[in-house]
Amino acid sequence: MAQKSFRQALNEALHFEMGRDPRVIMMGEDLTGGAGANGVKDAWGGPFGVTRGLLDAFGPERIRDTPISEAAFIGAAAGAALTGLRPIAEIMFVDFAGVCLDQIMNQAAKFRYMFGGRAKTPLVIRATYGAGSRSGSQHTQALYPIFTHIPGLKVVIPSTPYDAKGLLLQAIRDDDPVIFLEHKMLYDTVGEVPDGAYTIPFGEARVARDGKDVLIVAIGRMVQVAEEAARKLAAEGISACIIDPRTTSPLDEDTLLEFTETIGRVVIVDEANPRCSVAADISALLADKCFDALKAPIKLVTAPHAPVPYAPNLEDAYIPSADAVAKAATSIIKR
Amino acid sequence: MSALQFSREELINVYRTMRTIRRFEERVMQEMGTGDIPGNTHLYAGQEASAVGVCLQLRDDDYISSTHRGHGHSIAKGVDIDGMMAELFGRASGTCGGKGGSQHIADLRKGMLGANGIVAAGAPITCGAALSAKLLGTGQVAVAFAGDGAMNEGVMSESFNLAKIWMLPIIFVIEDNGFGEATANAHVSAGSFTRRAESYDIPTIEVDGTDIFSVYAAAGEAVERARAGGGPTMLHVHVPRYYGHYSGDPDTYRTPEEKAAMRRERDCLTNFRQRVKEVSLVEMAELDTVDEAVEAEIDRAVSAARAAPFPPLAALTTDVYVKYL
Repeated sequence: MAQKSFRQALNEALHFEMGRDPRVIMMGEDLTGGAGANGVKDAWGGPFGVTRGLLDAFGPERIRDTPISEAAFIGAAAGAALTGLRPIAEIMFVDFAGVCLDQIMNQAAKFRYMFGGRAKTPLVIRATYGAGSRSGSQHTQALYPIFTHIPGLKVVIPSTPYDAKGLLLQAIRDDDPVIFLEHKMLYDTVGEVPDGAYTIPFGEARVARDGKDVLIVAIGRMVQVAEEAARKLAAEGISACIIDPRTTSPLDEDTLLEFTETIGRVVIVDEANPRCSVAADISALLADKCFDALKAPIKLVTAPHAPVPYAPNLEDAYIPSADAVAKAATSIIKR
Repeated sequence: MSALQFSREELINVYRTMRTIRRFEERVMQEMGTGDIPGNTHLYAGQEASAVGVCLQLRDDDYISSTHRGHGHSIAKGVDIDGMMAELFGRASGTCGGKGGSQHIADLRKGMLGANGIVAAGAPITCGAALSAKLLGTGQVAVAFAGDGAMNEGVMSESFNLAKIWMLPIIFVIEDNGFGEATANAHVSAGSFTRRAESYDIPTIEVDGTDIFSVYAAAGEAVERARAGGGPTMLHVHVPRYYGHYSGDPDTYRTPEEKAAMRRERDCLTNFRQRVKEVSLVEMAELDTVDEAVEAEIDRAVSAARAAPFPPLAALTTDVYVKYL
């Protein structure tokens, strides 16, 4: 199987689905870069190069560079989804959802319910997220708890190139609004990705590593951190299992419960801030549904209750580390 | 523009729709008093000629979006009043199965994209509907109704910009009733609404919203432009708001004299009767017959709504997704 980057995997999914379904359109800021200027067309190929080549293949009617006007174009994408198109809208950094949250939270997410089931909103909102790029507090957050909280939205957070392609194809074909979050520090990661199209169903966790002594639940980029922690633990003779939920809404509760029942010791690692987070949510689920199987307290390794800082040493300390995960695991095994 | 461009039958239909909206709202206000309509509602009485004059220019498959004050737009676009009344009563037979309520009535079969509880939120959604029409080549146009209050929301300006740069087949209808909730528009709005739209090179028309014929003419120009690929238009329609902001608003910020004068001097139904009388196309007795028929229809809608069951409890968690797990 071919080795491809996370970025290329996403790009292939977009090319494939736009070619397959003429109702799929894209809109966002600098999807191409250079629109209306005299120089190179598709100069950026998207702010992170994910949308490169789509303009040539599908033209400016379907690949629409928007004004810096998220409330208008996210709302327009929602309205277009309600009336026969299948838009993919891009919020360059998920932090910018602050200026268009109404259209996501009060409009797109609720159309179907408020309209008594007589509407569907096949909308995908792609956004980058995550810390690590020295970009300060407003371009770095992991805001999936906000979206996961809202009924009507589905929330997808791929951790590998393979999953990125399969989950994005599923997102575009899905008839509900999907928030698709791409960690910007994962774009250059490489993995096996088939050339053809395939979809990965939502609500099906991936067992990223088998193990028997401790279960590490990790989302998005934190799967890498968990894998590094697992290697450290293996050196100490501890066998760690890693589960990547892949989607936080719907959440694969069955797999999480099944592995917790078997293993009995759980560490949840999450790049988001800790209060009302996915880590807190999964922890509550496990405590509620399989308390008797737990051999130790559930440990949460998360970012602190603080914004993402700029200074490199502070930002590094903000992001959950493999050492912190390994330490948490060790603490509940050796107690 | 005069009443003469309409046939006798058309005039009666126009009147019937306006009268239906008026009596629907008056009856809703009355029924609120019985406690059988949950919550509160925003009444459109006084503004009827705006919704009816605009929607008269639309095809069945054209789109509209509405506001928190949405009953009139729905009725004017052809949404069934039995379903609407049942929706207000929160019943299973309502337009949205009782799950939307007054502020979320939508009927996609009629191109009605929803009333909206968030001020100005319909504007970008309607841009999206217009984009669908444009890209799918259907020839449809989309109308975003909004109030004067919406003009001070940023997304309204963003929508003007998007509509113009993408040359969308859209008409923004700003129904200016002089009040955003309980605050006078003059107290909170700088400059002029039409100049705001004009600064985006969007053509504007200012209209007396108590004159159905003026509204109809202005909407005709706008719809024609949109359908021909000429892009957006903004109509600034001046309308009276007969009730307070919502059904529970005692409306003490307007004087009794003001309110009496408003109802006396700015009534689209009286105005309409006067205009058709001048051209002798319809007998006043015929309009009285319409009044009786409307009354009976609304009686029927209220009785049916009151008799209808509430949604089953299972409906609490259905329709959140097309498919979740």
